Amino acid sequence: MLCGGVLFWLPTLHAQTTFPQNGVADPRSGYYAFTHATLVKDATTTLKDATLIVRDGRIVSVGVGGAVPKGAVEVNCSGKFIYPSFVDAYSDYGTPPPPPRQSGFNFSAPAQLTSPTKGAYSWNAAIRPEQNAARVFATDENKAKALRDAGFGTVLTHVKDGIARGSGALVSLASDKENMTLLKEKASAHYSMNKGSSTQSYPGSMMGIIALLRQTYLDAQWYKANPEKEGRNLSLVAWNELQQLPQIFEANDKWNALRADRIGDEAGVQYIIKAGGNEYQRIAEMKATSATFILPLAFPQAQDVEDPADARMVSVSDMKHWELAPTNPAAFEKAGIPFCLTTSDLRDTKEFLSNVRKAIAYGLTEGAALNALTKTPATVLGVYNEVGSLDAGKWANFFISSGPIFNDGATIYQNWVQGKKHSVREESWAEPKGTYKVVFNTASGPVEYTLNVKSGTSAALVAGNDTVTSRFYFDGRSVRLNVAPERSPDTRFRLSGTVGAEGWSGYGEDSVGNRFTWTAVNMPVNAAAKSDSARRKTPGTLGKVVFPFEPFGWEEGAAPKQETILIQNATVWTNEGDGILQNTDVLLRNGKIAQVGKGIAASGARVIDGTGKHLTPGIIDEHSHIAAASINEGGQSVTSEVRIGDNLAPDDINIYRQLSGGVTTSHILHGSANTIGGQTQLIKLRWGANDEGLKFKGADPFIKFALGENVKRSPAAQNNRFPDTRMGVEQVLTDAFTRAKDYEKAWKDYEANKGKKGAVAPRRDLELDALVEIMNEQRFITCHSYVQSEINAAMKVADKLGFKFNTFTHILEGYKVADKMKTHGANASTFSDWWNYKMEVIDAIPQNASIMQRVGLNVAINSDDAEMARRLNQEAAKSVKYAGMSEEDAFKMVTLNPARMMHIDKQVGSVKVGKDADVVLWSDNPLSIYAKSLYTIVDGTIYFDREKDVQMRQSLAAERQRLVKKMVGEKRSGAPVSTAQPTYQLMHTCSDHAHSHGLLTIDVQETE
Amino acid sequence: MKKYFLLFSLAASLAASAQETVYPAPKQKGPVVITNATVHVGNGQVLNNASIAFENGKITAVGASVAPAAGATVVNAQGKHVYPGLIQSLSNLGLVEINNVRSTNDVRELGELNPNIRSIVAYNTDSKVTNTLRTNGILLANVVPQGGLISGRSSVVQLDAWNWEDAVYKMDGGVHVSLPLLMPRASFLPAAAGAPDPVKAGMEAIDRMRSFLREAKAFHASGVTSAETNLKFDAVKGLFDGSQKLFVEANTIKQILIAVDMAKEIGADLVIVGGADSWRVADLLKQNGVSVILSQSHSLPILDDDDVDQPYKTPAQLQKAGVLFAIADEDGNTRGRNLAFNAGTAVAYGLSKEEALQAVTLNAAKILGIADKTGSIEVGKDANIIVVKGDVLDMRSSVIIDAFIQGRKIDLTDKHKQLSDRFEHKYELRK
Repeated sequence: MLCGGVLFWLPTLHAQTTFPQNGVADPRSGYYAFTHATLVKDATTTLKDATLIVRDGRIVSVGVGGAVPKGAVEVNCSGKFIYPSFVDAYSDYGTPPPPPRQSGFNFSAPAQLTSPTKGAYSWNAAIRPEQNAARVFATDENKAKALRDAGFGTVLTHVKDGIARGSGALVSLASDKENMTLLKEKASAHYSMNKGSSTQSYPGSMMGIIALLRQTYLDAQWYKANPEKEGRNLSLVAWNELQQLPQIFEANDKWNALRADRIGDEAGVQYIIKAGGNEYQRIAEMKATSATFILPLAFPQAQDVEDPADARMVSVSDMKHWELAPTNPAAFEKAGIPFCLTTSDLRDTKEFLSNVRKAIAYGLTEGAALNALTKTPATVLGVYNEVGSLDAGKWANFFISSGPIFNDGATIYQNWVQGKKHSVREESWAEPKGTYKVVFNTASGPVEYTLNVKSGTSAALVAGNDTVTSRFYFDGRSVRLNVAPERSPDTRFRLSGTVGAEGWSGYGEDSVGNRFTWTAVNMPVNAAAKSDSARRKTPGTLGKVVFPFEPFGWEEGAAPKQETILIQNATVWTNEGDGILQNTDVLLRNGKIAQVGKGIAASGARVIDGTGKHLTPGIIDEHSHIAAASINEGGQSVTSEVRIGDNLAPDDINIYRQLSGGVTTSHILHGSANTIGGQTQLIKLRWGANDEGLKFKGADPFIKFALGENVKRSPAAQNNRFPDTRMGVEQVLTDAFTRAKDYEKAWKDYEANKGKKGAVAPRRDLELDALVEIMNEQRFITCHSYVQSEINAAMKVADKLGFKFNTFTHILEGYKVADKMKTHGANASTFSDWWNYKMEVIDAIPQNASIMQRVGLNVAINSDDAEMARRLNQEAAKSVKYAGMSEEDAFKMVTLNPARMMHIDKQVGSVKVGKDADVVLWSDNPLSIYAKSLYTIVDGTIYFDREKDVQMRQSLAAERQRLVKKMVGEKRSGAPVSTAQPTYQLMHTCSDHAHSHGLLTIDVQETE
Repeated sequence: MKKYFLLFSLAASLAASAQETVYPAPKQKGPVVITNATVHVGNGQVLNNASIAFENGKITAVGASVAPAAGATVVNAQGKHVYPGLIQSLSNLGLVEINNVRSTNDVRELGELNPNIRSIVAYNTDSKVTNTLRTNGILLANVVPQGGLISGRSSVVQLDAWNWEDAVYKMDGGVHVSLPLLMPRASFLPAAAGAPDPVKAGMEAIDRMRSFLREAKAFHASGVTSAETNLKFDAVKGLFDGSQKLFVEANTIKQILIAVDMAKEIGADLVIVGGADSWRVADLLKQNGVSVILSQSHSLPILDDDDVDQPYKTPAQLQKAGVLFAIADEDGNTRGRNLAFNAGTAVAYGLSKEEALQAVTLNAAKILGIADKTGSIEVGKDANIIVVKGDVLDMRSSVIIDAFIQGRKIDLTDKHKQLSDRFEHKYELRK
């Protein structure tokens, strides 16, 4: 700092030495003294009657009182406030506008398989670390002015294009040549979950984006050894160079924030996270990232919900988010999470200050707001020695305002950037409002009046007891007055004058042509400007955050807890040797099944009467696509590197809906867009838990494969992605596992020779790692398949290359090759009665499950459909109907059998002492269409309780009415409203068949 | 002897099970009496230990004491349940063979106003789907064209026929309209360049359709013949004289309000099809005498806020309001075979079993305008009857043993049973 202080006197700042001058040089040092100001140095220090001295663009000194140095121009700031200009850490100011966003994988269009970017860059067009904001930065006066008007002096700008977006530059908002405003060429590195202008098919999903980043971190590390096989890769060079800088990740959403943070954790990087505005909904999780956040203030507008038919399509969560979004910054402050505020995402930068004030009204403290706009962004960017407070040596970036900046109505007059003045509302500098002593120096001597100025256009002259309205004009520089104190047109005075530091003065004429001079001096009222905080409008009663942020979510503290539960006198379907036990008690304790028998006593247990009811293990769905942000990575035929577990979405209402159908465990599978799809994620339906909390811990990892029409892209009018036939599918499998074998060997060779001369580590390939795991029985396949030829062929490839198909899922022609599947050792998970929706299922039959079971396969019935998953018990019953299967065997197809095929039968799948307390109490025989789940219990916690559900419906309806009323009130108050936007829901599906998901559900394949 | 007989009958069924030899049954020859049955009449009544006699395709007697005519074939239904044949009131049967294979699709014609289009002429009696529906007790289906605004006219068919002329049960009885959704585009979806506001475009399209209907009505009311024939006008004539009904696919409140207004204006008998939000305006539907076909109970609620079981309990809400409604099963993956179970689900959520049965029998017949001929087991109606091992609404015991269409005992073999046989043979699983 001290050392820097010397540097700052070098006269290089306002005249760029290398640039020739056209005309006569005009070197100036911009030496100013701002006196008598209330000076806010930073969020903790405010000086009264302060003097700020600046020169050559830097702050020379800051202090109380003090003399104006010789050579400095004094600016009297009496009654005014000086703040450090704000710093925006998330801007694209002066860079090319972001290109139109490309959508994800299009199921029915040709694929773009290679990068269209020319040059020695990454294989993937969305990895653009070589992108350099400084090189494309150009001053943009319009945008600069908008930002300065909002109080900003410095921004970190970057090009918002790509997943890896390259380096950001720190620039000032001065109207000056780029050479002067570019403060730091490489100030940050940027990342996002948006592939931007890349037209390349991969990645076409959230999990693909995550996998690509994960792999690129590994590749960059590996590239440091300059592997000859890679040649020159300028993207990886740039990537490595940028690692020392602050790493900023645009997450734009609460779950994305967690996803980004986990990528960082794996790579040893702590990102600064750009938020989206909904993070208050999971503030504890945000805190746990240890990240600094950059918060936008783009609060949603109220919707026009006056028409009840329109309102019907708007969900209570959207309305609630409208109500609570302004609490987001306060939630961060309260949680002790460091954060910055940004103008990013606003409809108009003009909204910025009013939205900060709104956030303050919703609980943010003024100090925290100021820090978030000055010290915090400057600190996280490592430039607090340059900007972010009013201290000697820093850039002279400050603004002068009429009062405390967070007060409603406070005006910024001037925003000085790098020691240069930029007007904001200069005309208001000498705010005319007030009482003036006016003196007319007439020939007969001075005449004195009092002038009450209400605004720049309205003033009244007090003459004795009389108050006379006058015509008045004031623009900060000149002033005009036209008044008749005697209320007579004959004694009318017309005054013209200028506005000076000491008051107004000028020249006038009366109605008969007499000329005179005049002066007006403000008579100050002694009222120090104060913060509005005491009288700020409070937002009134606000709804509560619920977990998840969805209808039927739990309020803080109201989430169901693990209990000791005794279910008495039920019909118990054990799925064990005991079969179905009548009049039996089951005790659940510590999340486990503690006892099964008659006459069980347990003090303190919650007792549920099971008389006439049926208790079963919870339903396990082997094939589900709920609760995920993306399902299909179809950009390539082999994507074993992508992981569903990277992108769970715990806010999916289908979790709750399926609990109501008795489901306790779901296997979330990658879709069927490609032969070797992604790694799957087993979850328990713990409604309200976060993404990590949903995971079924300790289960064997699985991966989704697929065969047939979808992977050869039959729905596409044109296909250019290998394979196009079942013959090609077989080759994709053969090739992938052959490569995996070679890869494994290369690593083994390397491990054996490590340390010896010439031993070079192979590139770590996450795609092949997953296949090696399969070959070593550390990961297991569930394979979407229909037709007997492809099933047979897949098993032959596996036999030859030494791996196994653990499960064939869907497997509608399994009955044709059940004997071969048995020899291979495969399990079967199928639909009960689907058929004829596509060519490859024309031979599907509802007797399939039964035939496979009778041949000796372990058979499950799966849903692959968020609606049908609520009725899997009925789907199981269809084998009783079509094939005469026993009821007990049928029910095992949705409980114990899927547990066995997913290797979790030690924990779940039957009512057995020691297993997880995942049980359902049914109103009727669970195979009957009349059966309803009364209680669905996971880990001894009652997540669905049919009686409680009724109460929740009532409180939800009340909450809805409250919010509708409030939104309608917002419209009536004249606030801008947007047209009602139906709460559409994106549904991720296997892209295999139709679903009955309701009017507002958009199948993701229609959009990507 | 008994064992021998069983083997013989098995062989006979195998002989008949070659794929294409499930023959449509000939006209009923002699009288048939089903005895000792629990008869679910279809109108809410249940008759225990009752008999049903039918002859020449018509029901001649129903009750506790029915004397079998001489030479009558007696079907002892001891312990069995007998129901009217189920009616699929909304179907693409015979128009769509395999959903995703374009060349097998004949359900959606080009153009906006297509009342002249008739589903019956493309109805394929040999669809492989048909027999799988019969297996589940569905004996009649309303075959409905889709697409455009006025999609065309539907006909009701019986599911045991050589060709569409044989199959037709009621010809061209419904004019089908599909209303635009009238909802703003999802903000997260990129709007195609120049794409119109869907609400505005939808309202304009509806205006065009209403103009057409107005002009058609005026034309027919005038009694004047025009120099140029308008086939489209001719196609909707029945809407104005009550011989055709107006079926409007409408799910949202706005759509339903428009449909009701439109039907009132032209004086047509209205049936709301889809009806996802019909429960919200049930009283209005009741007041206007509008009936509803719920296209699928097995679907998700519209909005996250909705009761998780909303589509399951919608039938009970309509029942309570006194709205005439039918339940259909439009599911594309199971091809409509779960009709009875869509009704069964409604029982779990508030309907009585007999009310649920009515929703797939007599109510459907009323809505389709065929209640004079079918929909219940009553004297004078066609003998469209199924005999079930257990409860037809519950898959736990819903096994159809026998089925009669117009008194003809039909062959309940289907492709699935045949393929099942084929592989039971391979694996030697047959007992």
